[in-house]
Amino acid sequence: MPVTTAIESIIRRVDGVTTDAYKAQHRMTAPVDSIHEVLAMLHGDYGFDLLVDVTCVDYLNYRDADHRFGLVYVLSNTDNNARLIVRTYVDDPEPTVPSVTDLWKGADWMEREVWDMFGVRFADHADLRRILLPDEFAAHPLRKDYPLQGRGERHNFPVLTRDHE
Amino acid sequence: MSLSSPASPTDHADSQSDQQSQEYLWTLNFGPQHPATHTTLRIVLKLDGERVVDALPDIGYLHSGFEKIGEHLDYDQYVTVTDRMNYISPISNNVAWHHAVESLVGIEIPPRCVYLRTIICELARISDHLLCNGAVGLDTGAFTFFLYGFYQREKIYDIFESLCGARFTNSYTRVGGVSHDITPVTIEMIREFCRNFPKTLRDMENLLNRNRIFVDRTRGVGVLTKEEAINRSCTGPIARASGVTVDLRKDQPYLAYNDLDFKVCCATEGDSFARYLVRMAEMWESLRLVEQALENLPSGPVNVGMDDRAHKPDKTMVYSTIEGAISHFELVMSNRGAEVPCEEIYAATEAPNGELGFYLVGDGSNRAYRARCRPPSFIHFAAFPHLIRGHTLSDVVAVLGSLNIIAAELDR
Repeated sequence: MPVTTAIESIIRRVDGVTTDAYKAQHRMTAPVDSIHEVLAMLHGDYGFDLLVDVTCVDYLNYRDADHRFGLVYVLSNTDNNARLIVRTYVDDPEPTVPSVTDLWKGADWMEREVWDMFGVRFADHADLRRILLPDEFAAHPLRKDYPLQGRGERHNFPVLTRDHE
Repeated sequence: MSLSSPASPTDHADSQSDQQSQEYLWTLNFGPQHPATHTTLRIVLKLDGERVVDALPDIGYLHSGFEKIGEHLDYDQYVTVTDRMNYISPISNNVAWHHAVESLVGIEIPPRCVYLRTIICELARISDHLLCNGAVGLDTGAFTFFLYGFYQREKIYDIFESLCGARFTNSYTRVGGVSHDITPVTIEMIREFCRNFPKTLRDMENLLNRNRIFVDRTRGVGVLTKEEAINRSCTGPIARASGVTVDLRKDQPYLAYNDLDFKVCCATEGDSFARYLVRMAEMWESLRLVEQALENLPSGPVNVGMDDRAHKPDKTMVYSTIEGAISHFELVMSNRGAEVPCEEIYAATEAPNGELGFYLVGDGSNRAYRARCRPPSFIHFAAFPHLIRGHTLSDVVAVLGSLNIIAAELDR
């Protein structure tokens, strides 16, 4: 089934889904309430069995942006190599999206990384801990309001000393 | 392995026997500094004797904020950072990054550049697989195999040195081209490599393919089924060793792969040995690709023209002509470079380790608004606990090596 058929069919089935394309790359935008439903449909009914990537964009200073965070799911169909990008938008405070770990086990670490870097929560994620940064780190550094050089967190890390010192 | 519980018959409640079986579990820290992790990563292993009950990966030791840096360097500068992601095959990261940038901006690179990039990508694939398989051999006790591989890797370093001056962190590509055109000397070096490499590869295959110790250590170890491989987002040689026939070079042909003849190497077993075999077979295919691309290397310019306002002119042009100086100056000015659309794109290439993609958001300036890297190591390492559960401690290195985890790419 070509990607366009899948997109049209989803638009008929779920309210609020829109589609566009850039350089022959098909994209779909779904409201955050129905994002899990849409992804489950794409996974189950339309054969998008490979979750290539989950990532996030912070649109804080972006031109004409209506929302703060954009979640991006890159999907692939291993049978016919069709690709589709699904996006959804969430806002402060407490940005939360449903987790897709129940559909793809591979989403586990990708979602943890998004939580770590952007502070976007994934509801129903079984193990939503920081993954790259230490647990005591307080900020989410890939947000646009976080400075490139950090806020001096490294200086406050506990240091292990030798016993005789 | 069964450990009889020494409990007295009087206190035989269920909860207590549970607790007692727990007492025999012990925890082993594997890494972050350990010769067999090869890079800086830590796995907390829960062991029952020698049997691995569970593995908890703890990563982030090499996190250096590459994606944040990507938002503060321009599209040409960031290529030096991509070198440091997967430092086993840096030049294929360069190509992946600029493939994404050129897809976003819409720059069509000249045919000579297309073929040149194909050649270096395949050389990088050979050098990656030599090291990866070499490390698997090394960890399972085959030191000669590793040295054979490393000698040829050194030859590839020599080729890269002659190509762009850097042996390891090449930073070879630029937006719309490459930093230096290939010279006849380098072409001759690649030809010589193509002549000599098959002998080494055959020697390496003879050393390990039917080696009793190696086969016993790797066959049936760390089995990843086809369904699990897809569900866990695996790509590259790891997915192909499990029978998933994905290869971006065939699925979404980029560079010159559409014109060249090669096979996608697959296996169905999904164990460490299958991953080793797939990588060995891929080196033969890469060699064929290098030979074909070299014979068909088009003449003509290697970079896009000055009118495209994407590629900085040659240094000789910049220093000796006014047009070159103006063109260079305009490109480094923040508001004069090539026009980047306010758009988003996901572009991926088949890196030696799997699908290496970049999700780029342009905001009109010469810097990326967001430069997400989809790192294959990160995604493959997430599957590691699933692969190692139930195996013995000595299998940890056989599985870890066959996944080819590069910590710099894992943590970025």
